[in-house]
Amino acid sequence: MTEETKQEVPAEVVAEAKPKAEMLLPKGNELVLSSSPHIHADEDVQKIMIKVIIALMPAVFAGMLLFGNAAILVILYCIAFSVAAEMIWCKIAGKPLDTVKDFSAVLTGLLLAMNLSAGVPWWLCLIGAFLAIWLGKQVFGGLGHNPFNPALVARVALLIALPKYMTSWIPTRFMNGDVTSYAQKFFTPEAWSNVLSGQLDGVTCATPLGVLSTTEKVLQNGQGVFDNIDNLPAYWQYFLGNMSGCLGETSAVALLLGGIILILFKLIKWQVPVFYVGTVAIFTTVINYFFPGVTPPALFHVLTGGLLLGAVFMATDMVTSPMTKKGAVIFGMGCGIITCVIRIWGNYPEGVSFAILFMNSLVPLIDRFATKKPFGYNVRDDKKGAKA
Amino acid sequence: MSKSKGLTFKGGIHPTKDGKSLSSSAAIQDAPLLEEYQLIIQQNIGAPPKLVVAKGDEVKKGQLIAEAGGFVSVPLHSPTSGKITKIDNIPGPMGVPVQAVFIAADGEDQWGELMSPMDWKTAEPQAIKDRIRDAGVVGMGGAAFPTHVKLSPPPEKKLNCLILNGAECEPYLTADHRLMIEFPEKVLEGAAILGRAVGVTDIYIGVEVNKMDAIDTLLAKADKYGIKIVGLQVKYPQGAEKHLISAITKREVPTGGLPMDIGCVVQNVGSAAAVTDAVVEGKALIERITTVTGVPIKNPSNWRLKLGTPVLEAIKFAGGVVCEPAKIILGGPMMGFAQKSLQVTITKNSSGILLMKKDEITQYQSVACIRCGKCVDACPMNLQPGSLSAAIESEKFDLASKNNVMDCVECGSCAYVCPSHRPLVQHFRRSKAEIRKLTRK
Repeated sequence: MTEETKQEVPAEVVAEAKPKAEMLLPKGNELVLSSSPHIHADEDVQKIMIKVIIALMPAVFAGMLLFGNAAILVILYCIAFSVAAEMIWCKIAGKPLDTVKDFSAVLTGLLLAMNLSAGVPWWLCLIGAFLAIWLGKQVFGGLGHNPFNPALVARVALLIALPKYMTSWIPTRFMNGDVTSYAQKFFTPEAWSNVLSGQLDGVTCATPLGVLSTTEKVLQNGQGVFDNIDNLPAYWQYFLGNMSGCLGETSAVALLLGGIILILFKLIKWQVPVFYVGTVAIFTTVINYFFPGVTPPALFHVLTGGLLLGAVFMATDMVTSPMTKKGAVIFGMGCGIITCVIRIWGNYPEGVSFAILFMNSLVPLIDRFATKKPFGYNVRDDKKGAKA
Repeated sequence: MSKSKGLTFKGGIHPTKDGKSLSSSAAIQDAPLLEEYQLIIQQNIGAPPKLVVAKGDEVKKGQLIAEAGGFVSVPLHSPTSGKITKIDNIPGPMGVPVQAVFIAADGEDQWGELMSPMDWKTAEPQAIKDRIRDAGVVGMGGAAFPTHVKLSPPPEKKLNCLILNGAECEPYLTADHRLMIEFPEKVLEGAAILGRAVGVTDIYIGVEVNKMDAIDTLLAKADKYGIKIVGLQVKYPQGAEKHLISAITKREVPTGGLPMDIGCVVQNVGSAAAVTDAVVEGKALIERITTVTGVPIKNPSNWRLKLGTPVLEAIKFAGGVVCEPAKIILGGPMMGFAQKSLQVTITKNSSGILLMKKDEITQYQSVACIRCGKCVDACPMNLQPGSLSAAIESEKFDLASKNNVMDCVECGSCAYVCPSHRPLVQHFRRSKAEIRKLTRK
């Protein structure tokens, strides 16, 4: 309604100012000719990217709050290097720099940062950004043509190439214990200098999933194995994000808020996160029920590691997820099953990235089969209709 | 009927600017007589009518100008009395020059001999169909398909449902809306006549619920004719023939088929009013109600325009413009045709003249598909516009054909929502033309 009133007012105002109306009519040559439709939704790629970035904000702030200056630096590095990578590619490839304006490189950089530990050095961000933009996106032809989520391509490449840096985690500022260092201080000059000089290497701790994968191997049987990671106070901490891990993946509450924003903005198909997390929950519940020593209950799996970040922001990437709702359900369930298999029986403590990348590769196939039946092909209904 | 939300189909879009409030309260006005009318000869889909007059002939209002050129064709009549000054090419609404009869009005606007009024309640159905053809009635919603052809299915196809299309789902257009408010009896009687012509008693008029005043007006008089008024959800393309049928009867027109395959026939409310004029009063179709609207128009309004009225004159009737229009569209903004010349004249299917300002017609640069899937949700035919357009871009017409591009109704819903501003409808039109060319060989 507001749109309509907006239109009417100027017309009336101008009408009184210019009574000689016909004079303004064009002779014809300057009229724009184009094919229908002549009106368009007020939407473009840049707006979509900015909305996703807005949805990421709760998780970004959670990461800053939890990991302090280190997180801020990693985020800034990743974004700056990603945009630089995009510009350099465009320059080399002779493409106009317009694609930088669509904010997709900013988003990729931000997502990459969310998938890194806050303790990583700047050069790792640099490598990651180039891997994401060049290997993850541009070699396939740029935005829209990449089969895999660029940020996850970078994360997995880094994980395989530089496992030492990708699997050492720094504690959050709120963790108790022997953490007395700079990570606990927020916005102090010492903290900045420590972060910049790379002294974070000294302080590491394990993620809950990391603890799980080592515990499991030491204590093969029996109940109560997971006591140290599976209890109510621990869950509350996991939910708020007070555990070590990638800087954007720890806070469940922030990620859920981001997910709600994405769904309200209609930027993702809700089927992807719901079926992804749902599948993990059901799968781990069943395993935990029959083999309690193998894996902790579902709630642990849902709240720890990169599951929520993956389900809400990584798997839902428009370019690399199916286009239909039916496809989104299959995609989400596939991601869930692979994640569980890797987490429970695989060599890596975490399986979200691998699961999403694997399912990315199946998207063309899913898109081909998970289609809606076109209008007019419902033969049985026709006959019913004709009789009625 | 459900008044609140109304019946509908799956898919479709909700354009944010529907622009209807510009002209929806403007009563239909009779256009002043012009000095000259340029009557385009072919105003119907199908065979072109054959001229029966020549330069220099005197004609009366309603006199035959051209006779039907075949079964799928209708005759054409003079919009006013006067003299034929020349027969020449003028710019056509589709962008190519078309032949037109120039009639210099004598100012009398005098009817010639009318066809004899019929008592349709007792008339033979075939006689009614013949009259509808002789009056030159076509689908006035946009397609201009001869009405009598739709009313004459082959004998093995039994019709059992008649639907009048009063959805008017195109943004900005209000011609049908005003017609239903101001001439409900004409619409209802036309519906009853059409029902008699095809032997159907199950008659519906579908109206979007943003036109509650039209629904109430029709409801108040519908009982007399035994016609059901159905409220439809406000959604584009609610007035597309197949989706109107789907919303009201839950029947699905099979692919490549026609409404008659599932026992339905759909007519526009404007055509129904023209049928009433033809049957009850014996008047041929020589004028129609057209919305002249858009932000640049001084007085957006609805006019009863004679066929052959140049667009420029119609704009002048509406007070001219208050700012420079950058685009002039014949029809609605979703499926209408942009015009290059203001000399294009009104034809039987000109539902609207829409002017748009420069800042309203941002010309987008299209970028790569980001696979957001909005087009998939919007497509009323359940196609996959994004993937189809990718196939067509690489000229894989066989793949496009396999993925049902031929079912596309070109409604433009996909292109409306596309954030990458891809020219989806153009792709599909091109593909359909290429596929038709291939199958013909």
